[in-house]
Amino acid sequence: MTFEDIFLKLSQKFPQAILGKEETKPDASIKVSPEGIRAVIQFLRDELQFETLHLVSGVDYPALPALCVVYHPGSYTHKIVLSLKVYLPRTDEAKVQSVCDLFKAANWHERETFDMYGIQFVNHPDHRRILCPEDWQGFPLRKDYVTPDYYNGMPVPLFFEESTPSEGGTH
Amino acid sequence: MGPGDNVVLTTMDDVLNWGRSNSLWPLTFGLACCAIEMMATGAADYDLERFGCGVFRATPRQADLMIVAGTVTLKMASRIRMLYEQMPDPKWVISMGSCSNKGGPYWQEGYHVLKGVDRVVPVDIYVPGCPPRPETLIEAIMMLQKKIKVQEAALGPLGFMRKQA
Amino acid sequence: MSFDTTQVNGQAELKETLRTDELLLNMGPQHPSTHGVLRVVVTTDGEIVKDARPEIGYLHRCFEKHAENSEYIAVSPYVDRLDYLASMNNSMGYAIAVESLLGIEVPRRAEFIRVIISELQRIASHLMSYGTYGLDMGAFTAFMYGFRDREMILDIFEKISGARLLYNYMWIGGTYRDITPEIIKQIKDFLIYFKPKVEEYNNLVTYNKIFLERTRNIGVIDLKMCHSYGLTGVMLRGAGLKWDLRKDHPYSIYKEVEFDVPVGTGQMGTLGDCWDRHIVRMNEMIQSIRIIEQLIDGIPEGPHRAKVGKVIKPPAGEVYSRTECPRGELGFYLISDGSGKPYRVRCKSPCFMNISTLNELSQGVMVADLIATIGSLDIVLGEVDR
Repeated sequence: MTFEDIFLKLSQKFPQAILGKEETKPDASIKVSPEGIRAVIQFLRDELQFETLHLVSGVDYPALPALCVVYHPGSYTHKIVLSLKVYLPRTDEAKVQSVCDLFKAANWHERETFDMYGIQFVNHPDHRRILCPEDWQGFPLRKDYVTPDYYNGMPVPLFFEESTPSEGGTH
Repeated sequence: MGPGDNVVLTTMDDVLNWGRSNSLWPLTFGLACCAIEMMATGAADYDLERFGCGVFRATPRQADLMIVAGTVTLKMASRIRMLYEQMPDPKWVISMGSCSNKGGPYWQEGYHVLKGVDRVVPVDIYVPGCPPRPETLIEAIMMLQKKIKVQEAALGPLGFMRKQA
Repeated sequence: MSFDTTQVNGQAELKETLRTDELLLNMGPQHPSTHGVLRVVVTTDGEIVKDARPEIGYLHRCFEKHAENSEYIAVSPYVDRLDYLASMNNSMGYAIAVESLLGIEVPRRAEFIRVIISELQRIASHLMSYGTYGLDMGAFTAFMYGFRDREMILDIFEKISGARLLYNYMWIGGTYRDITPEIIKQIKDFLIYFKPKVEEYNNLVTYNKIFLERTRNIGVIDLKMCHSYGLTGVMLRGAGLKWDLRKDHPYSIYKEVEFDVPVGTGQMGTLGDCWDRHIVRMNEMIQSIRIIEQLIDGIPEGPHRAKVGKVIKPPAGEVYSRTECPRGELGFYLISDGSGKPYRVRCKSPCFMNISTLNELSQGVMVADLIATIGSLDIVLGEVDR
């Protein structure tokens, strides 16, 4: 089963949710609407032998503007990895359905995507930051992220102005 | 103060420093890549035990040397401070590798990397390298032993407190 | 705790004093058997673990942010530092991803060198895993033996690249330096020395009664769980699925070499337990030796690096490329916008998925079995946290 076959099957089954193809080279991807992604992944798992979900990641496009969630379901039967893209508005309220109950792999990947991009995953059982500390401010992998000067009284940049009054009790 | 006291005190210094410098107990505390080289230093080929410094302890309460081996992140920094405070005096710190010295290759964009462990705990010896070779770590430990040997061991009326610089 | 004794009768008071309590145990980030800075919040009832929640991020070094702000060639050193026990495999995976974006062919000599070196690195990484797993199970000798032989591989790597641990050797389009006849001789000598050692290690640790009792029927991961959690590599093969990217989705020159894919059979306990994963690693070392033996004599002449130029600017596009690393499938999702820096680099790390199973694996096991399970997952925190 090739990419074209799968795209054909998906667009017949979900004419509303499948928004088209992105003919990027060397790997093409399928654009899916935010409402339909969960059903598409469930269909891939149950009907098209996509047994596993390799990766859920985020991409920030400030020029569009959009936030993008990319899913990589994989199949051991057909020896193929698919790339599904969901475009969301570039706000702090960007929301998409969680696929945690379909693939447990999505749990931590979605948490990381939230941590790095601030994309909310609805119905996620454990919606917290995963890599950064709980009290971290901002979403580091957004293109317009500015590194903070201080975190809990510790200076973050290598070169910093000593004149700031915050001692922080770390020395 | 009699004429004999001075002699006794100097001898105490020498004896204590001799004992301390040759029985350093490092804390088993690997953070990242450098920890592998630290383990290699303790393992068969390099055999740190030859220099009286190979008894890696799993708890800070039994250790007197902390080898900060690897990148210190902001999430980890407060834990390092806590571990350091749990160690009994006198205690020493070796900062191993570029990351814990000054952020290493992560200095520029590392929003979550502490640029130098000396912002959290006082450091005695800095070891350069990414990662430093085991020989470099051994040299650092021998330098630390030299440093301990000239230290004033007995200070204060109650105990053997390390003179805080 | 104080309570009003007048309001409870004798029986109730007895109940109150014999009440058992759950204990919240904080394991790590500084703990010798967490293999780095992993923190596990364990809820125990006596000796039984009720729940173990891994907390990661103590080594989050912002790899993806650095990758977006560096040129393609400069990402390679950061890739080395992800899985620092197998940096050759890592940078090979990254190089393959960028090469498929560029659409260039790597010279055959470079492919041979790459495969030989990355199989050596696989042996070194499994030796480390063998040593530390032995250490976790209370066998200190295994640690010493593993490190002794690993040092020999590191000597070879040092001659090749100049570094002991983080090499920056696999460059985009080939390798950093050429391989010399002396190094080939040294690799051959190592193989002759190392071949009987795997047997010795198996006799020493793998079939040891204590080791067997501590690892069999513990931490069972079945195939369904593997798929749900996206587990790859040794986990998947330990659960009995014959899947190896080098065989089933061959990259580089792996389709030209013959080797077997070792799988777990459940011969000592349940299929997919800790012991099965351990034996898969031990058998993979034998297969790596086989691969190197087939290639080492036939390295073709030619350049060791394709002409790629100093500034690498791939055309706009994206790729998800996977390679088989000692810990599983390492994926790189690269997006290029046509400039000299990658627009997005996402590393799919196998360890990240491996450690996420810990919560499910630890329900109702003993505390000692929790250590055995963490050890058999063979995690490297540099790759988990990135």
